[in-house]
Amino acid sequence: MGKAVIDVPPKGGFSFDLYKRNAMLSKDGVQLPPFTKTGTTIVGLIFQDGVILGADTRATSGSIVCDKNCEKIHYMAPNIYCCGAGTAADTEAVTDMVSSQLQLHRYHTGRESRVVTALTYLKRHLFSYQGHVSAALVLGGVDFTGPHLHTIYPHGSTDTLPYATMGSGSLAAMAIFESKYKEGLTRDEGVQLVTEAICSGIFNDLGSGSNVDICVITKGNKEFLRNHLQPNPRTYVSPKEYSFTKKTEVLLTKITPLKEKVKVTEVGDAMEE
Amino acid sequence: MSHSMDDMNLNAPHSMGTTIIGVTYDGGVVLGADSRTSTGVYVANRCSDKITQLTENVYVCRSGSAADSQVVSDYVRHFLHQHTIQLGQPATVKVAANLVRLLSYGNKNMLQTGLIVGGWDKYEGGKIYGVPLGGTVIEAPFAIGGSGSSYLYGFFDQAWREGMTMEEAEALVVKAVSLAIARDGASGGVVRTVIINSEGAKRNFYAGDTLPLWHEELEPQNSLLDILAAGGDGPAPMAE
Repeated sequence: MGKAVIDVPPKGGFSFDLYKRNAMLSKDGVQLPPFTKTGTTIVGLIFQDGVILGADTRATSGSIVCDKNCEKIHYMAPNIYCCGAGTAADTEAVTDMVSSQLQLHRYHTGRESRVVTALTYLKRHLFSYQGHVSAALVLGGVDFTGPHLHTIYPHGSTDTLPYATMGSGSLAAMAIFESKYKEGLTRDEGVQLVTEAICSGIFNDLGSGSNVDICVITKGNKEFLRNHLQPNPRTYVSPKEYSFTKKTEVLLTKITPLKEKVKVTEVGDAMEE
Repeated sequence: MSHSMDDMNLNAPHSMGTTIIGVTYDGGVVLGADSRTSTGVYVANRCSDKITQLTENVYVCRSGSAADSQVVSDYVRHFLHQHTIQLGQPATVKVAANLVRLLSYGNKNMLQTGLIVGGWDKYEGGKIYGVPLGGTVIEAPFAIGGSGSSYLYGFFDQAWREGMTMEEAEALVVKAVSLAIARDGASGGVVRTVIINSEGAKRNFYAGDTLPLWHEELEPQNSLLDILAAGGDGPAPMAE
């Protein structure tokens, strides 16, 4: 054997290491797991003091629910939050990225972030990827110019609306909004309406489910109500605990504190700062 | 029978089915548009604003892909702003139309957007320029675009005339958009207009219930039960 080769982690970019293995697996008939998507119902509405965002908490991988309680309302800035529908990785990555860009922008300008700034960063990014970054977003926040609510589509187009819904459950949620929304809702009325709209998505859309998350943003304040409503509790819990067959037998357990082996002496001056 | 969500492709690109119109009159221009943005067969926004401001005196009507038309108008607004600073006076409508053309023609393989540029400047007065899909520029006394415009060619041949007043021109635009909304599934919602002349730009809004009813259009009702209770026949049976 020649020189020992040190395994250097790749510098970045796409790693093709598993390509051969994947090709072999797919030849044997094993399919790639489908992307984790957030089937989703996400909504937003403007009420008298600001913006309320709502989302369900089901993440699906094909027809399997892979996360029963995921978080779809992403932080963008202290005064701006964004709900994401579509491919979970895409919504997570794009909102994280723009959140960082907004922070840098805040340092640069010395001011609170504006919703239109987040909107522009997001739409420019999504447009340049021509719809391949599959992120459909409901962006809401309150800034110096007032409350704002926008929807952003994967191809990069945006709409500005007083109430909006996105995701596979958007039609169910929009039906609720169209029949019950009015201008100048109070905070409690708004939260009630958003909860109803998300529940409509949870119960009528297969891609949405589990719990309701809410985020209320007003001037100078925000309330993140994680799992505000949990209409799908686990109804049956088996009285018998899970038991896993022991695979590796433990023969002996002995604990040796290292102080017995090594003598520790404190000598000399403390390290200089 | 299963109802699949795939029937309604909610990931289809956002397009503005649309009816857009631009008309010159004696002293300025009137731009008009409907307000429907569709994603496949779902109406994603029923009150969108398709008449976008480029400068104080130049506006553009957008049709086709929502994303493409928004990006093009953002770029043109930026270039026009720069141009205005460098020129030292308001940009002309011709320059705005030319900038739109440069982007539309230069990126013709990637873009799918038809635009109507309209405005007023002190050299030429009110002007309308159509910039359809391929990126050509057509200066004309009036221009129509979008999927709903198919239903308006004959109408304009008959109804448009030279030297209208502002009120006549706006009434013509509102009537035309409302006719197109009646026949084109991809157009709907409200009618928005912008009137641009030497005094500036003025926005108007015409809600659905203020528009005239055309052939076989019914009065808005709360429920079919009300129509039947009133002793009417209900909707006509389907033709044999």
